[in-house]
This record gives sequence, structure tokens and C-alpha cells, in this order.
Amino acid sequence: MHNTFIARNPSVLWFLAALGLFTFGVTILSEATGLGLISTSFVKTLGKTLCLCLIAIAMDVVWGYCGILSLGHFAFFGIGGYAIGMWLMYARTEAIVLQNFSAQTIPATPQEISDAIGNQIFGVVGSSDFPAIWSFADSLVLQLAMVVLIPGLLALVFGWLAFRSRVTGVYLSILTQAMTLALSLYLFQNDSGLRGNNGLSGLQNIPGFEQTPQATISIVFFLASAFALGAGYLFFAWVISGKMGSVVQGIRDNEARVRFLGYHVESYKLFIFTITAVVSGIAGALYYPQAGIINPGEIAPIASIYLAVWVAIGGRGRLYGAVIGAAFVSLLSSWFTGGGAPDINLGFYTIQWTDWWLVLLGLSFVVVTLYFPKGIGGLFDYLVRKPS
Amino acid sequence: MRILLSAIAFALCAMTAQAQDLQTLLQDNAAQIAKPSRNAIGPVLDDMVATGLPQVPTFLEQWSDKNVWQNEDTGTFFIATKTGDTLTLTDIDTGAQSTAPADGFKQLKPNGGVRRVIGTALVQFQLIDPDTTRRAAALESIARRPEAAQLAPLMASLDGEDDPALRARKENLITILSARFAEDPADRIAAIEALAEETSVESRAVLNQILATKPGVATTLPDANIATQYDPMADPDANHAALVTADLATPLTTPDDIRAAMEAHIIDGRVGNTPTAQLNTDAARATAYATLAAAGTVPPLIGIPERDNALQSHVFFDTYTEDDPAITTAARAALDQVETAVALAQTVDLGLDALSLASIYFLAAIGLAITFGVMGVINMAHGEFIMMGAYTGYVIQLFVPDYTIAILIALPTAFAITFAAGVTMERLVIRHLYHRPLETLLATFGISIALQQLAKNIFGTQARPLTSPAWLDGAWVISDVIQISYIRIAIFFLALFFLALILFILKRTRLGLEVRAVTQNPGMAASMGINPDRINMLTFGLGSGIAGIAGVAIGLYAKVTSEMGADYIVQSFMTVVVGGVGNVWGTLAGASLIGGLQKGIEWFNPSNTLAAQTYMILFIILFIQFRPKGIVALKGRAAAD
Repeated sequence: MHNTFIARNPSVLWFLAALGLFTFGVTILSEATGLGLISTSFVKTLGKTLCLCLIAIAMDVVWGYCGILSLGHFAFFGIGGYAIGMWLMYARTEAIVLQNFSAQTIPATPQEISDAIGNQIFGVVGSSDFPAIWSFADSLVLQLAMVVLIPGLLALVFGWLAFRSRVTGVYLSILTQAMTLALSLYLFQNDSGLRGNNGLSGLQNIPGFEQTPQATISIVFFLASAFALGAGYLFFAWVISGKMGSVVQGIRDNEARVRFLGYHVESYKLFIFTITAVVSGIAGALYYPQAGIINPGEIAPIASIYLAVWVAIGGRGRLYGAVIGAAFVSLLSSWFTGGGAPDINLGFYTIQWTDWWLVLLGLSFVVVTLYFPKGIGGLFDYLVRKPS
Repeated sequence: MRILLSAIAFALCAMTAQAQDLQTLLQDNAAQIAKPSRNAIGPVLDDMVATGLPQVPTFLEQWSDKNVWQNEDTGTFFIATKTGDTLTLTDIDTGAQSTAPADGFKQLKPNGGVRRVIGTALVQFQLIDPDTTRRAAALESIARRPEAAQLAPLMASLDGEDDPALRARKENLITILSARFAEDPADRIAAIEALAEETSVESRAVLNQILATKPGVATTLPDANIATQYDPMADPDANHAALVTADLATPLTTPDDIRAAMEAHIIDGRVGNTPTAQLNTDAARATAYATLAAAGTVPPLIGIPERDNALQSHVFFDTYTEDDPAITTAARAALDQVETAVALAQTVDLGLDALSLASIYFLAAIGLAITFGVMGVINMAHGEFIMMGAYTGYVIQLFVPDYTIAILIALPTAFAITFAAGVTMERLVIRHLYHRPLETLLATFGISIALQQLAKNIFGTQARPLTSPAWLDGAWVISDVIQISYIRIAIFFLALFFLALILFILKRTRLGLEVRAVTQNPGMAASMGINPDRINMLTFGLGSGIAGIAGVAIGLYAKVTSEMGADYIVQSFMTVVVGGVGNVWGTLAGASLIGGLQKGIEWFNPSNTLAAQTYMILFIILFIQFRPKGIVALKGRAAAD
């Protein structure tokens, strides 16, 4: 079975080899190993990009293979980030509070510690009580479970409702967009219990590793992201191969026909939708400790649309296409908006890429949709088999 | 008191001042006039008024305007105007004019407080002034600062009033003043009952003032006009705080107090026999504190039981500042009646708000109802067409200074520009994607972010104003509660107009017929001699053009920014989807439902529009589950995708 799986998907080996080589190279060249050719901040950027690639694969499976254009997967990404961010913020604040108390002659009661932590975290929204959703914030294990469970449950309930009433096509896209909009609007409120538009911050400081330099932390997260991407790739490659994958792709191409063949289409869609939501949550949980801050703006509908953009530019219906698209567009985007691209002087007007990058991206997206529906990944077809 | 004083003054005047002129009276009180104080000037003013001399109001006005000068040698007062170094003097009684150098005179400058007292004394003259605007001004000044002394002159002035509007206002003010200040309780109750018929803010304020209470706490209930007596345990902490403020109880010993006591009494690493290291639970601290308290080193612990004991042995109540229970009872009944009427009016107002929000959503979504609903094309750049329309209006206002003409030019121009943009987009992009709807979504999204950034590059990130013409400023005020701004009314009629126009075009014109034919079956339509390409192009242009006009309308009441389109796009799509795709009536139903729902939720939780939007979207998600095809669903073959 294993042999046949790899044999039918030679791209998996190629991808894993490329990812391993890339990870190895970055690790060797990073500041943590002493070579210092790649700065810590760039290692973080690369680590974050790997997480974006992971959610892009999930998006590719749900859209490119199953035909569900979800414009809400970044909501799951954000939930994963919030879940891990709650623990990071709680544990770090607890450490600071305990240190403050240790200087005093009288040891603190549990109530005093909890009040002090609440004050530190929620002072910014004018509160000091712990909302109910923070009940498990002191436990890393439970919060890690939430990274998986909450996106999974949300996707399960939402998907069950949507697929059951046979909401399909653009309707489903709009509905998923409404879901992520509702979530971000909810989180923007100060009384949502997650610090309103301040979001959660200071997530790059890992509790228990205060003395470890950021260079080491960044490379550890980079490696973890690379491992997650590799594992995610392998997992999805396995999911979409074989009989199950054929059914899923059949649903994409003609849902009614698959239903008439006797398959329970809704279950397949629900499975794909939920499993990709879980992977999105995991990607978010790895992303935000590297980004350091999460706020409700991150899960605005526009983010999920960009996700679709990456997958489309990279090439739908092939996992490596999603990875290429996400990495290419997000790195290019940070190069352009970060002022890396040189300005073009036209004599009468200077094109500053910080202003014009989005125009370029938008238009190139139109061009890709119109003329290169297979995206960048389509170029590999010319390498693998000669067009005849 | 005032009235009594003035009566005495009048009696005195009858004896002494009858034959006198104003100057003599002024000289009798020269010190008070020259250096008036707010508290002492009252009787002097009453004396002046009591003389009934016709020159009194003029003098008071001029005095208040700082036009009265005093001769420093003789002490005589004059009304004077200063020109250079000379004063033109007017005798206060005879009106005889003369001039004198300003050097020997001193200007009287009554301070603000005194001027207000003078103003109150003047009101009774202004109330019978022949000039209606001055009478109206006097009434407004009474309305702003109602005082007991104003009631009598106001009632006296009523008979001579011939202007119907002012007469009504006077009667209204008499009611308000009588409710608070009338001598006879029966008069007050009658006035209060009359107030129950009104919903104005003024009358509600009067009733609330009569019903003003102050909280009190005592061991036994005092003999006063008690408004409410409440359960001490209902809000124990707040009530205990009131007890502490009234020096009837000792404050609770807070955890911080306990902690401070511990820190202050550490002896050999122990607090009251407990090692400090063990003081990390509340129980251990309580034991240690009890030991300390028993030794007398700290005050005894005031905990929850002590607090409750203190609360149980006191009564907590609100007393009315008004002493007469008959009056407060009448006022309470009147206020209840008024509040019922106000609640009713608020419901109507909420309905109007919802209607206006619905018409805004309808305007934003009606273009989409054509491109998405009729043609089935998802146009994510629809919001950017709204933005283009709004910016068109802004640019035209830069060149056309008259706002009315600018708006009249802007509406067709915005239509033309977005029509052209829509047609161009259809030709270049959408035409190639008719069989790939999901990709249309992504391509138009690309156009959307490009247009947004382009607008940002051209117009900058700050909001640009689109000013409405002056005749659209202000609001239509039906009562103090029900009012709606003219812009919203205009948008409502604009929405109605477009509903009619779209229905007319789709149902009654050749174009509409061809549009419906192409939508239902392009192949068959083509074989009938209709050019589907042309029809698609025109339909898309029409939908986009209407978005442009909606942009002008929305820009009038919201700020014009490059992101304004994005704010409406999700809402617009939901309006179309909820209403039912492919049906203009459906869009109307969807807009009404969403607008009404949003206002309704905001009414329950007015401070939080974000929550309202969240719950609304959740509702819509659920709604789609149960009516996936929207409110107005197409039936039969037309419903097939």
C-alpha cells in the first residue's frame, strides 16, 4: 500500500526532499548556528510563510479538490492562533506576576495571583475579571486541544448546517465569508473576552524559555512549521489519493452525478471541510507565536480571500501548487510592501511599490485567472510530460 | 419670599417713591447700583419694578449692556455712549441729551451673575414687549432657567398676547412653571396632569425634577415623603458603602487591608503565631488576623457576617425632594403615562430608522441584484463601483461650488462613469468567465483590490467630504422623539425610484424582455435574433451604473473613503441572497429584513453596533439554512441553476 501510494504520487517525494533541503539550508545559515547569514527576523518570516503554505494546502484540498470555495478558512487559522495565544499570554503574565509577588514578605494567595493576572491582561479593555473562555488558559494541554477542537467543532457545525441544506457554489462562498466577518466583528468588541481590537500580544515570548535567545526560538518554530508542513502535505496527499480522493474530486466535477452513484456527498464534504479547518487551526497556532501578535483584523474576510488568491496563483488541484503560490505571493508581497523593490522613475511620476503593489497584484490576479487557470504549478506539467 | 419682598417694597414705594423719579430711587440705592452683588441686588430691582415707571426697562437693559455711567462728583447716573473722549449723556428720566468729557464719569460694569438677575427682572417687561421676537426670546430664556418669580408676570402677560404661536408657548410654559412653583397644591396637580398629555423633553424634565429623589439611610424610617424603600441585601456592597459614608458602619476589611496588617506585624518571621510562608491561603490569613485582633494590635475583622448585621439593622430608602406626597403621586402617574407615549413614539422612530437603513441597503444591493441576481455574475468589485460613484460626486463638488447643481450633475455622471467601467470590465474579463462563476469571483476580487489601491493612490487615505446641499440639511422633526434627517428621506425616495425604474426596465421595455430571455436561455434567445453579448454587456453596465448612483447617495451621509465599498459588499451580497436571487422584489424584502433586524437588535443593545452586526450575520447564516433560496424563491424551471 505504502509503495503504491508513493509510486502514484512522485511529487510527494520531490516535495519532501525539497522541503528538507530548504529547512536544512536555513537552519545551517541562521544566527542560531553561528553562521548568521540569515537574520532572525527573516527566519521568522520564513517560518510564518511555511505556516501560510500549510493553510494554503488545506485551502487547496477544500477548494481545488473538493470544489468548495471557502472564504472563511482564515477564521479557523485565527482561532488556532487565539487558542495558543491565550495560554502564551496567561502563562507569561503569570510568571511576571509571581516574580512581583516573590519580592514581598507575605506569600500571595491563589486569589491574589489570579486577580493580578486578570488586571495585567484585561486592564487594557477596562476590566480585570477572567471571562469564562479563559477557564483553561492555565493549561497548555487543554489550550492545545482547543487549537484542534474549536476549529473542528465550528467547521463541523457550520458545514453540517450548510451542506445539509445543499448550499453550494457562490452561496456557500458568501456564507463562509459571512461567518468569518461575524467572528471578526465579535472579537472586535471589548467584552468579547479576548481584549477587543488590542488582540493578544507578546506571543513571541515563550513561557519557561525567557532566557533562550529569540534566534534559537525562531529556528525551533521554523523547524516545527516545516515539520507540520511536511506532515500536512503527506496527510493530504494520502487523503486525496485512493478511492476517497476520487470521490472527492468527483464531487468537485459533478456533485449530482456522484450523489446519484450512491455516495453520501454531504459526509465527504463535511469530512474535507472539517479536516482542513483543523489543519488551518494548527497552522495558526504555529504562525502567531512567530508573528508575536494577533488581533481581530487578522481574520477579516479579506485575509481568506487572499488565501484563495495564493492557491489560484500557485495552481489549484495540486498540493505543491498551493505551497508555491502561498510562498511566492506572500514573500513577494513582503518584499514589495517592505520597500525592498526599487522605485521606478518615469520622469513625470515615480512609481512607489508600497503604493502600487496591490494594483499590480490585483491585475496580475485577473491575468492569471483569465489566461493561466492552472497557475504557476501548471508550468511543471511542461517538465513532467511534454505537451503533445 | 420674593413676592413677599416685592409686596413690602411696593408698599414702601407707595409711600415714598410714588412721586419720585427713577434717578431719586437710584440715588437712594447708589452704592448697590454702582457696585451690585448678585445676592443683594434683588430687592433694589424689585423696588424699581414696583415704581411702574416706563423708563425702568430701558434703564435695566442699558445697565445690563454696560451703558450706564455715573458722574463721579455728583453721583448722578446717566445712560451714555462713548465716542473718543466724550460721552453723549442721556438723562435717565427726561431723556434730555448732553455731552461731557469722559474723565469725570465712571462706567458701571455689572458682573455676569448680576446681569442674569437683571435679565430675570427684565423678562416681565419683555413678555409684554410689542416686538414678537423679543417676546419669543423672553419665553426661551424662561424655558432655559425656570424660576418661581417668573410665573406671575407670565400669567399676567397671557391676556394681552395676540400671537397664537406665542400664546400657545406661554400657556405651555405656565403649565410647566405651575407644576413646579404654583402656590396651591391643587394648581400644581392640575398642571402636572396637563403635562401627562405631552411627550416633549421639557415636560418630561419637569416631571423628573419634581420626582427627584435623594438616597438616605437611617436606623428607623423617617417621617418624610419616601419614594422607595429597598432591601438592604439586594446590593449589599453598595448599601454598606452608603452606611460607611453616613458613619453608621465600619468599612469592610479588604484582602488588601489584611495583607497590609500581616506585613505590618511580622515578628520573627511569624504573624500571630503563623509562619509567613504559610500565609498563602485566605484561611491561614484569617486565622492570623484573628490572633492579631484578639491581641488588640489590629481593629477587629469586618467580614461578610458583620456587614450583613449592619445592613439588617438599618433601613435604606429614597426620599423625594418634594415634600407633598399628593404631588409626587400625581407626577409619578403623569410620568408613567408620558413614558408609555414616549415608548410608542420610540417604536415609530425605530421603524423609521429601520426603513431608512433598509433603503440604504437596497440602494447598495439593487445593482448587485441585477448583475448577481439576474445574470448570476459575482462581482466583488461592486463595492468599488459604489466608491467610484462617491468619488465622482466629490470631484464634481471640487469644480461646481453650488452643491445642488453639483449633486444634479454628479448623479448622471456617476452613472455614466460606472456604466462605462462596468461595460469595460464585462468586455475584458467577465465575458471570458461566464461558465466559471467561482473564478469570476476571484478575478473581480483582483479588480476590486486594484481599484481600491488606485483610489488610495489618487485621493489619499483620509476621508473626503461629499457635502449635501443646504436644503437637505437638518431633520424632519415630528415630535421630540420622532425625527428623521432629510438626507435619509431623500435616500428612501431614491430607493423607491430605482425600484420602480428597475421593475419598469425589466418588465416593460424591450431591453428588459431581452435580458430576461438571455438569462433564461441564451441559446434560444440568440436564435430569436437577440445578441446575448450585447445584452449581457448592457445589463452589467446598468447594474454597475446604479452602483455609481448609490455611491453618490451613500457618500452624502457617510464619509467617502477608498474602503467604503468594502464596507457594503458583504452586506449587499447577503441582502441579495437573503431576498432571493433573480428577483428585484426579493432584494427589497432582503433589504427590509436586514435593515429592520439590525435596528431591532441595536434597540436591545444600543451601545454595541458591532454585536448587532455579529448577531445579524449569525441570523442570516441560520436563515439561509432554512430558506436556501431566499425569501422570494423562484419556482419551477426558472429556479434551476
